[in-house]
Amino acid sequence: MAFYFVQFLTGLASAASLFLVASGLSIIFGVTRIVNFAHGAFYMLGAYVAFTLTERFSGALGFWGGIVVAALIVAVVGVIVEMVLLRRIYHAPELFQLLATFGLTLMVEDLVVLIWGPDDLLGRRAPGFKGAVDFFGQNIPTYDLFLIAISPIVLGGLWLLFQRTRWGVLVRAATQDRDMVAALGVNQKWLFTSVFALGVFLAALGGALQIPRDAVHHALDLRIIVDVFVVVVIGGLGSIIGAFVAAVLVSELNAFGILIFPKISIILVFLVMAVVLIVRPWGLFGKPEAAARRTPGLTVNPWRPLTTNERWLAMAGLAVAAMLPLFAGNYALTVGSEIAIFVIFAASLHFLMSVGGLASFGHAAYFGLGAYGVAFLAKMAGLPMIVSLLLGPLLGLLGAAIFGFFAVQLSGVYFAMLTLAFAQIVWSIAFQWVTVTGGDNGILGVWPEKWAAGPASFYWLSLGIAAIAVAILRVIVFSPFGFALRATRDSLLRSEAIGINGKRVQWTAFVIAGTVAGFAGALFAYLKGSVFPDSLGISLSVDALVMVLLGGVETVSGAVVGAIVFKALNIWLVSQTDLSKLVLGGFVVLIVVAFPKGIVGVLETIRNRRKSSTSESSSKSSLATSRIETAE
Amino acid sequence: MSMVPTLLSVENLSKSYGGVHAVRSVSFALRAGEILALIGPNGAGKSTCFDMLNGQNTPDSGRINLLGEETVGKKPRQVWRLGVGRTFQITATFPTMTVRENVQVALVSYGRQLFNLWGSTARYAREEAGRLLDLVGMGAYAGRPCGELAYGDLKRLELAIALANQPKLLLMDEPTAGMAPRERIELMRLTAQIAREKSIGVLFTEHDMDVVFEHADRILVLNRGSLIAEGTPEQVRGNPQVRAIYLGEGLVYDSRHREGAGA
Repeated sequence: MAFYFVQFLTGLASAASLFLVASGLSIIFGVTRIVNFAHGAFYMLGAYVAFTLTERFSGALGFWGGIVVAALIVAVVGVIVEMVLLRRIYHAPELFQLLATFGLTLMVEDLVVLIWGPDDLLGRRAPGFKGAVDFFGQNIPTYDLFLIAISPIVLGGLWLLFQRTRWGVLVRAATQDRDMVAALGVNQKWLFTSVFALGVFLAALGGALQIPRDAVHHALDLRIIVDVFVVVVIGGLGSIIGAFVAAVLVSELNAFGILIFPKISIILVFLVMAVVLIVRPWGLFGKPEAAARRTPGLTVNPWRPLTTNERWLAMAGLAVAAMLPLFAGNYALTVGSEIAIFVIFAASLHFLMSVGGLASFGHAAYFGLGAYGVAFLAKMAGLPMIVSLLLGPLLGLLGAAIFGFFAVQLSGVYFAMLTLAFAQIVWSIAFQWVTVTGGDNGILGVWPEKWAAGPASFYWLSLGIAAIAVAILRVIVFSPFGFALRATRDSLLRSEAIGINGKRVQWTAFVIAGTVAGFAGALFAYLKGSVFPDSLGISLSVDALVMVLLGGVETVSGAVVGAIVFKALNIWLVSQTDLSKLVLGGFVVLIVVAFPKGIVGVLETIRNRRKSSTSESSSKSSLATSRIETAE
Repeated sequence: MSMVPTLLSVENLSKSYGGVHAVRSVSFALRAGEILALIGPNGAGKSTCFDMLNGQNTPDSGRINLLGEETVGKKPRQVWRLGVGRTFQITATFPTMTVRENVQVALVSYGRQLFNLWGSTARYAREEAGRLLDLVGMGAYAGRPCGELAYGDLKRLELAIALANQPKLLLMDEPTAGMAPRERIELMRLTAQIAREKSIGVLFTEHDMDVVFEHADRILVLNRGSLIAEGTPEQVRGNPQVRAIYLGEGLVYDSRHREGAGA
């Protein structure tokens, strides 16, 4: 019994950091409507800065002062980020905000390695809380007791701040209706900045307080942000009480889940999250969001199928690509195969994002599941390559069918957070379930059979499948189903009113995208001859997002161009610099701020402008016939 | 008139939010080809009533019988399948599609082709979509991106979309809100004409009394959730209770005083 009680207290202590970070995220979201992906990075920065300060200054004052000063320093960094970056994208679609803050996260990951080195850092013990209390033969670290006390104190402090100060009233007002607050003459800029500073301070404090418990390392950010996303999805985004309750719930589930399913404890959290989403899609304490801003909507370029000439041009491009083996060496062909595979992957995500308006932040899950599917079939069942290649992606289909069912219950940022959390769960399973997946060591020896083993034949195989996949997706875009999907993206209200079951349409799209991604993963397994948990990882999901964005999210086939440019650039970059994440992150931020339409989008805009300059006069006049007062 | 079948019958419909009775025991019926206006001051419960009729909102109690089927508990898409077209107070269309495609999507849904992955939408029911657009006077705009349309045109497009499933009943929530005066009259004249030709029942809410008295066959007056009057335009116009509560003192709504009576 005592053991379980101690386990319970350990869970409560772990909840402290989770609550601090989640409440910060919720406060920022409430006012600015930005889901700050970089919150995990601020948490990590808080831990690193606190480590340096507490090493430098000794004694109780040095330690506790160091923790608070570290959080303050990181809050100042947050203010700079808000003023330089976020102010430019407050009116951008949610997807872009998530991506920009994700780009920041990538940059910070490389920066901390640059400053503090790649090794784990062990912080000091907290002065005054070094010992442990004996509880019926079980030890409870006193620092855990301190952490248990921290959460209610912070919760109370935040409550006082929001209920008893003028600033708190403004924040609550802005959370309800920020336009009205602006109309009342409140300086919104500084309100947003100060809210962001508070949120970042809380995240950094959460990180700093962890150093006596955990080693500081450069992967802390993703670990915490996934947990925090789970917490806010369960508790309800924007609710501080919700963050508190859900942080405790998730921490306890983790603490006890380890006892029940030691290998895959995360399953328990997933099940609870699934139940909450079914019963209360907006979280335990959340409120239903007003209709989310549409992800696209920067331009109105109606889509159309390729004209005959364009079709010939595409065929010619494919023919040129097919001739690559005539003059390229083996390395170039391997790179070519990889690019073709990523064209498939990016196209599948692009289908989901641009046609369905569903920005999945965990699309790699289905890519990786396809890869593992192939590895299982080829290595364990010993099936021939062609059979494995065809059946392996079914694992991606299965995963997409299960996770997609829950994910499409939500939309916008909730959808993004949930898909990310799902992907991370799949990754954890692949990582932890060593007996089946080989864990970190992966599954080796998944080589193609002789007919596809040569670099040229494998390249042709990849290119052929890529061409077929892109063509199929294009056909679907212009099929009745594609239009039904676009209808749910454009207006859920209207699509429901004309008999469209939006959830089922979106679910189908999710399964299609997941299956196509599974094919990309299946090929990838054969290309590399092995499968690792990395092929389910977040960085791969983000690669796909960047490819889509680079090509242009509002185009039909921008992902093809985006994948080719990005992958070529990425392979080159990795060979040139160790700081690829820094460059990549900077690149993401730059695209979002400077070229939100992507390469193909920009080309289309130029083409349309040229075309419309001839017919402009006629359309202007008819438009001007009736421009009216707005509806009530 | 008794030969004309009843399309919609509503019995004792009620809905409250917390302690506020948004709709209290409202009953009425609508026959095929009839144009029925639901009027009342802001907050009278018109929109709540409407949302319950097409399944967007669930009543606390009461029955709704639509074409012989009980619809309480049905989703909007299921109510649509029974033959109910709806337009919204604030237009809801698909802005990234062309005008024609907007109608085609509705036709795709009507033809139960929503999960057809292989066909070409561009060719699907193109003529039918063109006919519907011609019907509402939008034929010339078929290829135009919907996002570029002016508000009045969006309202007409919504009407075309609402007609795509060959409805027996049209629900129009403030069909002319936000339109210029001339357009209001035009749109309602068009609606009335279509309704009579195809024998469609129309239920609409409206603030513009010109539109209401000109086109409605019958008028229901709602105040604070309750039905306070029902009858022909003449009967409602003469009802002192309606005048006191809704029309205000001193204003007489007949053809001699049409000028300035719009608001």
